Amino acid sequence: MNIQELWSIFIMQGFAGISLFSVLLLMGLGLALIFGQMGVINMAHGEFMALGAYTTYLCSSLVQDHAPALLPVYFPIAIVLAFILSALLGALVEWGMIRHLYKRPLDTLLATWGLSLILQQTYRSIFGAREVTPTLPEWLMGSFKPTDSIDIPINGVFVLLLAGAVTAGLMVFMFKTAFGLRLRATVQNRLMSGAVGINTKMVDRMAFSIGCGIAGIAGAAFTTIGSTGPDSGSRYIVDAFLVVVFGGAANLLGSLASAFGIAQAQSILEFFLEGTKGKVATLLFIVVVLMFRPQGLFPSKVRS
Amino acid sequence: MSEEKDFLLYIEGLGVSFDGFKAVDGFNFYMDRNQVHVIIGPNGAGKTTVLDLICGKTKATSGSIKFKNKEMRGLKEHEIVRAGVGRKFQNPSIYENLTVFENLEISHPRGRGVWGCLVFQRTEDVSLKIRSVAADIGLLDRLETEAGVLSHGQKQWLEIGMLLMQEPELLMLDEPVAGMSVREREATAQLIRKISAQRSVIVIEHDMEFVKEIADRVTVMHLGKILAEGSMEHVQHDPAVIEVYIGH
Amino acid sequence: MTYKNLFKSKAETWSAAALALLVLVVLPLLLPIFRLNLFGKYLTFGFVGVGLVLLWGRCGILSLGQGVFFGLGGYCMAMFLKLEASDPISTKIQSTPGIPDFMDWNQLTSLPWFWVPFKSLPFTMIAVLTIPALVAFIIGWAMFRRRVGGVYFAIITQAIALIISLGIDGNQGLTGGRNGITDLRTLLGWDIRSTSAQYVLYYVSALLLFACILFGRYVVNTRMGRVLMAIRDREDRVRFSGYDVALYRSFIFALAALFAGLGGAMFVLQVGFMSPSLIGIVPSIEMVIFAAVGGRLSVIGAVYGTLIVNLGKTTFSEAFPEMWLFLMGGTFIAVVMFFPNGLAGLTEPGGFLSRQWQRWAPKSLLSVFRSEVEPPSEAASEESLLKGATEGVK
Repeated sequence: MNIQELWSIFIMQGFAGISLFSVLLLMGLGLALIFGQMGVINMAHGEFMALGAYTTYLCSSLVQDHAPALLPVYFPIAIVLAFILSALLGALVEWGMIRHLYKRPLDTLLATWGLSLILQQTYRSIFGAREVTPTLPEWLMGSFKPTDSIDIPINGVFVLLLAGAVTAGLMVFMFKTAFGLRLRATVQNRLMSGAVGINTKMVDRMAFSIGCGIAGIAGAAFTTIGSTGPDSGSRYIVDAFLVVVFGGAANLLGSLASAFGIAQAQSILEFFLEGTKGKVATLLFIVVVLMFRPQGLFPSKVRS
Repeated sequence: MSEEKDFLLYIEGLGVSFDGFKAVDGFNFYMDRNQVHVIIGPNGAGKTTVLDLICGKTKATSGSIKFKNKEMRGLKEHEIVRAGVGRKFQNPSIYENLTVFENLEISHPRGRGVWGCLVFQRTEDVSLKIRSVAADIGLLDRLETEAGVLSHGQKQWLEIGMLLMQEPELLMLDEPVAGMSVREREATAQLIRKISAQRSVIVIEHDMEFVKEIADRVTVMHLGKILAEGSMEHVQHDPAVIEVYIGH
Repeated sequence: MTYKNLFKSKAETWSAAALALLVLVVLPLLLPIFRLNLFGKYLTFGFVGVGLVLLWGRCGILSLGQGVFFGLGGYCMAMFLKLEASDPISTKIQSTPGIPDFMDWNQLTSLPWFWVPFKSLPFTMIAVLTIPALVAFIIGWAMFRRRVGGVYFAIITQAIALIISLGIDGNQGLTGGRNGITDLRTLLGWDIRSTSAQYVLYYVSALLLFACILFGRYVVNTRMGRVLMAIRDREDRVRFSGYDVALYRSFIFALAALFAGLGGAMFVLQVGFMSPSLIGIVPSIEMVIFAAVGGRLSVIGAVYGTLIVNLGKTTFSEAFPEMWLFLMGGTFIAVVMFFPNGLAGLTEPGGFLSRQWQRWAPKSLLSVFRSEVEPPSEAASEESLLKGATEGVK
């Protein structure tokens, strides 16, 4: 293996990592909102992602069976639908469960784990235990070939752009809109926010459902890099939580940086170490770092 | 002042900054045994921060804190407590689910280690000590009451009682009479005078009448620095103090 | 250790006695050995439940990685049994006789260094009792000293469970990989698969479990128990009463790990294998639900909870496998939302059943029962909220 080949491997594994990065980032953004801002541990977050993935799959089957002409354009619509459905389910869950448990974070964790079991079995009953793959539009297939030895898949680029757009959208939403201001105010001081007339219950529900909706988008993105099974979501949940904690819980940019680092490390190590060893090495590194630096990479500065 | 004299608490050049904001700066403080020393000052003067620094809750960025000629800076909270410094918080911090008796018992210094805790027995001397402290804080007839149902004032006393169980040589009380009725204040003043016969007490308080009643010495803080120090009489007539309290 | 330190109320004594009667007399008489062996397996999860009550219910630390310690204890035992099963004669068809079969399949030609001491039973027994506790203490000390607690601790312990299970899974040559360590037959020549051995091992598990329950009760009812709850509800005050909070938490985490490791070792002896499927995220969190269903504050309740959930799991997954996850998920949600103190909370004074009882039973009977379980302090959390508000005003 000469330098040239090694370089190509880095670039290609790097791009493979970019797809993983995009999914982790989208998962992480949703969690950063729900966990980082609201302090709620949503163990069913992966199942919201799976909901988005299944929504995309359903759209693709419907289009394929009834309107094959729409195949090239259905994907963006599926993404929007994935967001809406996941957000609606999120709002329902917030109303039925989460809002009763805000004072008991550890219990939220257990209750949402129960929810994730129920959702997984629901998916299994509806879609079967076998993994499914939506038919992707032509234009998502194929790859660029900038040089002979480098091969960059288009779907990876698309997912990266999608993740970038969602990140930018969320940033604007959090820091430039009135709702974002209310959300940040509520997080910092719930009682005061209530006292100045912010409907904190509504803010909680909106934040939770938007977080879940972003997980739905993550699911739609996920379908371009892997096939969806009932437990696809739960396979990403630990990684997603580590992304948020490692990045510094309340910090969206931190999540971005840590999602990038984790995805690239996993992807590149996976090439050199067989099997799951790359993932184990990456996770182990993060856990050890967190033991020495529990506040994560980019902690928010608060005088305690 | 010279280091020759055997101070109980000897603080020099103490400072802490939060992200560049100096909450306490160049703080010097010397305290003899069996004294009541009151720290007063407007909100945000850094009074509570000083207590936090002494008891290790906040880590100082500069200076030195010597208690019985031993450096306290860098020690962990429980080590500072074991050295003989007790701290009462602004809001009463007691165990609501335990009875008054159990609250006092858990503060007894025997059985603080893991092993000692497992083999701890409620012996006669422990019970006697608890009853004597309970008598001091006026809760002798409430020993079996769950602490959560006590009145606000009684909770404050219970927390002082819990500190007395630790037999500290220095007691730090953060606003001990906040939210108390006039009669409760009088009782608290008496309690502080009584306990200061055997140990030193630092008190943070806003209530000037109360301060006059208990203070041997008064330190006035403003914007993280010491503005004036001396007897109550002395600081009351200090022009800088008057400026801070009335000028705003 | 006095009687008073073990059982404070009559209800508590009765439920312990009933459990002893059930486990030691009724089940062995009623069940065929196959079913009894299954109950023996459930009992080994009970060890984890008892530890979780001390750790989670009493001290407020939720570990989602108890499977790791169950697994560490189990693997220690399994390694010893596997080496005994891999003597040069029974493995003579291998290219390297005398090493476990999976090592041979993976072209290993000698025993890895960390397997060597497990040829000795005394070493294995010491390892079962110390390795899980030691690992827990080190993890705990690193985190509790930096004031990591609550949800962070839960997430990190869950990640550790994932790492360890993936790590074992991915190193087949060293650990047996996904299949785990199987085909365990004898303990010092004694066939552990025989009916008589299964009875003996069942009783050994049950008695060890009762030893853990008694020690757990002792911890709860001494000054240690009050300090643990104080740490859960008012960490700062405990620190300023001169206690080393991090040391206490590490100690109780290590104790819970010790129980779990013991359970894992007894699991291996009764079931005859150990695999990463008992270590990962799912089993670890299932162990938490055993304790939650039984009652997170009651060590005896946790054992009842373990038995009931596992019995339900076996029954349902035999009869309606589809329904099981729905039922399990629903139980999780219902217990957490409506019965946070579990079955023990239902039967305790002030719980659901006792409220019904007080409503319908004659007054003279009521004096028999006395309060024992203290729920987590609502007041504490409300006060910290209020404190936040007043600080905001300032």
